[in-house]
Amino acid sequence: MSKLNPNYEASKWRKIERFVNGEEISDNPNLSKHEEEIREASQEDKERNEQFEATITDLEDRIQKERKRSIEALYRKYEKWPQTKGIKIFTHIYRILAVLFCVCIISVLLMTVSYLPTFGDASNPNNNEVPKRYIEKGIEETGAINFVAGMILDYRAFDTLGESHVLFIAACCVLILLRIDHSKNGKKPTEKAEAEEDDRKFEPKNDKILQKIASLLIPPIIIYGIYVVLNGHLSPGGGFSGGAIIGAGLILYLNAFGYEKIEKFFTYKTYQRITVGALLFYACAKSYSFYTGANHLESGIPKGIPGNILSSGLILPLNVAVGLVVACTMYGFYTLFRKGGM
Amino acid sequence: MGGNLLTNFYEAVAVILFGIGFTTLLLHRNMIKKILGFNIMDTAIYLFLAVKGYITGGMAPILTNGVEEQAYYINPVPSGLVLTGIVVSVSVTALMLALTIRLYRRYHTLDIDKMSMLAKKEDL
Amino acid sequence: MEVFEIILLLFLIVCAIAVSFSKNLLTTIIIFMSYSLIMSIIWILLKSPDLAITEAAVGAGVTSVLFFVTLKKIRAMKEEDNDEQA
Repeated sequence: MSKLNPNYEASKWRKIERFVNGEEISDNPNLSKHEEEIREASQEDKERNEQFEATITDLEDRIQKERKRSIEALYRKYEKWPQTKGIKIFTHIYRILAVLFCVCIISVLLMTVSYLPTFGDASNPNNNEVPKRYIEKGIEETGAINFVAGMILDYRAFDTLGESHVLFIAACCVLILLRIDHSKNGKKPTEKAEAEEDDRKFEPKNDKILQKIASLLIPPIIIYGIYVVLNGHLSPGGGFSGGAIIGAGLILYLNAFGYEKIEKFFTYKTYQRITVGALLFYACAKSYSFYTGANHLESGIPKGIPGNILSSGLILPLNVAVGLVVACTMYGFYTLFRKGGM
Repeated sequence: MGGNLLTNFYEAVAVILFGIGFTTLLLHRNMIKKILGFNIMDTAIYLFLAVKGYITGGMAPILTNGVEEQAYYINPVPSGLVLTGIVVSVSVTALMLALTIRLYRRYHTLDIDKMSMLAKKEDL
Repeated sequence: MEVFEIILLLFLIVCAIAVSFSKNLLTTIIIFMSYSLIMSIIWILLKSPDLAITEAAVGAGVTSVLFFVTLKKIRAMKEEDNDEQA
């Protein structure tokens, strides 16, 4: 320890220390006496302080409540911001900038378009050896008259498998987002009942005109869809378009006749079985063709005569599988949106 | 400037449609309008791709008159790509609409600004 | 033939702009539906009938129906809110 100056209390350093500590500075040497008095007084004060502290915590609570209220008021102000002048100017500037930005993008892209090769020219660089192979060897190798079907279901069938999985995963995501649970814990059944009640508000109650016209229209629509799916390798169409047509027919049936009729032949279980079965079949068929060398030269499946309905090897069953997946997904989207379940 | 702007009018229209769709996506605060703008962008790109595969005087890529020559048909590759793309765009649209319904159920508004405001309020 | 193509393409642009400008959401979706139909005619002119069938069934049919159902759901929820407030 350092030596203490006996005159420390009166020294300048002590003064500075007091100044730093925020105590009263005076030149009175008898300060210590005063301090003792002050200490005695402060002990009395302590009791009072305890009372004060209680009131202070009370006040702090009140202040916090006040602050929360003011922030909420600020947000209320924010909500009215779109009507105030400042934000109007801001949205104006934002809109002008957005339009300018898009005009810039369009002009840059138009510049690029003006340098592209001529439209419809047979010597364009994208008409290279790939489409040449697809067209000139396509019938021999795949047996499909429709080159597009031969391409997407034979040469690029793996791509199409991934794409039907995209559909399946999208349907699963919509199911997670919109499905109302059937479980029996307290609240949920009422929610389900409410949703179904909502749905019934908009369901046609035995609309005669709609039902008559639907019963005339639905068979041709679904038969046309099946035709498009089965003739995918012979004529325009295929799994995707035919499946979408069948799905649209099912949606019309549901709208005209209601859930009771359609649940006789199409429920959630049918959806599950058809979709998973079709995807599994697709995956197995394609892995089989990969197992045999991925080039279909020795797959053992007869090609048949090009032009017959039973020809072109695996393309017809794959078309049917894709069509089933697409039809079920389209119908599933619609029912999930409408009542949150199938 | 290359001189092909007028002969490439299909591509020009596809590019303009892309721009219009993008503007709709940026300008509107309504979620459904935004999704529609997104769909317009989709179709613009499909138009561009399909136009690149077109050959003047070519037939549809289905065997006609027994001819197996490349120059007789249009290019089938863009058709195949766009065919899968159209179906994927439907599933993406359905997913976005499902999210919109969930957001409406929670915040009772379609306006994206109000939605983010309410979300901030919930964090307090 | 080229005049017909140009008319269709102009119709496409007009439809796309109308989608951006119309105020009513239902009208907007119907305009988008007609846009998809015109697009399917253009696919036929571009000699891709596969795309035309798919676009007519999917773009004009299923997508628009999904939009309609979404609007209907949202209106039902809006009515519920109004009932609660009243």
